[in-house]
Amino acid sequence: MAAKLQMIDVWKSFGANAVLRGIDLEVSEGEMVCLIGASGSGKSTLLRSLNLLEPVDDGLILLDGTDITDPELDPQPIRQRIGLVFQSFNLFPHMTALENVLLAPRRIQRKTRAALLPGVEALFVRFGLADRMGHYPDQLSGGQQQRVAIIRALAMKPEVMLFDEVTSALDPELVGEVLDVLRTLKAEGMTMILATHEMAFAREAADKVCFLDAGRIVEEGPPAEIFSNPREARTRAFLARIL
Amino acid sequence: MTPDGAETTAAGSSAARGPTRRELREAHLRRRSLMIAAASTVAVVAAIVILVPMAPGWERVQKSFFNLDIFTKTFPGLLRAFLVDVMIFAWCAPMIAVLGLVIALARDARSPALFPLRLFGTVYNDVFRGVPVILVIYLVGFGIPGLGLPRPWNSPYIWGTVAVVLTYSAYVAEVYRTGIESIHESQRAAATSLGLSHWDTMRYVILPQAIRRVIPANMNLLIALQKDVALLSFIGPVEILRQAGVYKSIHANFTPYLGAALIFLAVTVPATRAVDRMIARQNRARS
Repeated sequence: MAAKLQMIDVWKSFGANAVLRGIDLEVSEGEMVCLIGASGSGKSTLLRSLNLLEPVDDGLILLDGTDITDPELDPQPIRQRIGLVFQSFNLFPHMTALENVLLAPRRIQRKTRAALLPGVEALFVRFGLADRMGHYPDQLSGGQQQRVAIIRALAMKPEVMLFDEVTSALDPELVGEVLDVLRTLKAEGMTMILATHEMAFAREAADKVCFLDAGRIVEEGPPAEIFSNPREARTRAFLARIL
Repeated sequence: MTPDGAETTAAGSSAARGPTRRELREAHLRRRSLMIAAASTVAVVAAIVILVPMAPGWERVQKSFFNLDIFTKTFPGLLRAFLVDVMIFAWCAPMIAVLGLVIALARDARSPALFPLRLFGTVYNDVFRGVPVILVIYLVGFGIPGLGLPRPWNSPYIWGTVAVVLTYSAYVAEVYRTGIESIHESQRAAATSLGLSHWDTMRYVILPQAIRRVIPANMNLLIALQKDVALLSFIGPVEILRQAGVYKSIHANFTPYLGAALIFLAVTVPATRAVDRMIARQNRARS
């Protein structure tokens, strides 16, 4: 099967600081890939480069076989196909949960509120937020805010979803509700890439785990293999530190 | 619900026990600082009331600045003239709000094709923030009608307004820009990641937050504008400052200026207090 998303020798530097140093990654349709690694290993930058928030310096990123790093390409339609959810939610504080979700489809797909509402309401219901649509972000708990942020990305009907440590800013008791959302999405066949520190979740839910260190994927494989039987010394050291 | 309930029970039980030691101490401190403030105020006021009239020129000053008779005679006329200031203010303020925003956006333009716009915004800001308001009013207010424009296009109201709007827009633009820059980069990233264009991001995500955040700063500029409108008197309109000047000449007395000052204060003091409260509220909301 051809890869849904593929990165080939991707490099990215911020000034003299090389953050991605030759990333190769393949993600199949419906697959959940977890990126693990210490802070600063390049996980976030990798995800942001996939969404084209950070233009890469070198290498290819193929979405359905088409190179999306081509500078001639308009990035906006591609961003709509690849949703990104942030660690700090980044909801728009001056809009209600519903308005947060409706903004992009209304502006980009030029659909009316009435046309969008049934589908969007269904998303709120599915993720247990039916009674929170009219609330402003500061009236919601962290877990609720993060679920709204996920709904906001899903409302654009993306083909791939990227999650950048989406549970790291949450109180421990709220992590579960967000992970449940991720499980639901996986069950529905969404293609997903997660940067995460939730090792238990990665072990249970991921199809593939990639260990990043200093801007490279040092080791990748099925979770059972990575967690129980890591080949690389660096992977072993990292896992020993956090498990 | 629960925390509220807990709080009321706590307060209830402390009331039953009578004031705590801490509450007694605070009440004592409050009483003491109130007394100190009262005593020092009385001392200062007394000093002014007793010492100032002892100055050798006091009688002359009293006659020419604090003449009650002239005050009551000229005050209604001054009030009427003040309406002119209010009118000029009323049409200048919205124009400044809009032009200031346009300039701020021009200075924020990023694409190379819009470089001239950005350059214009920068030059505009440098020029109009660098030149005193009164100079702009003279140059625009005398210079442009001097081109020989026919009535009503030579009206000092029009060109005075233009001068004030041009100057204040430069300041308001800077305030907007601080607001825009104060919005965290993550908001822009979130909007961009959804596929929104630069302009949609600005219009729906950044500006609504930025404008709200700088309302107090802009209100301070509005208060300054309220006063600076009086500068138009230098190019013709008979507004309060000029009217006071006319009365001064008629009565050979400066009291009308005092009347004019009181009228300005009656407007700017409540406005300033309102802005202070607004800033305090915003600080509380943000903390």
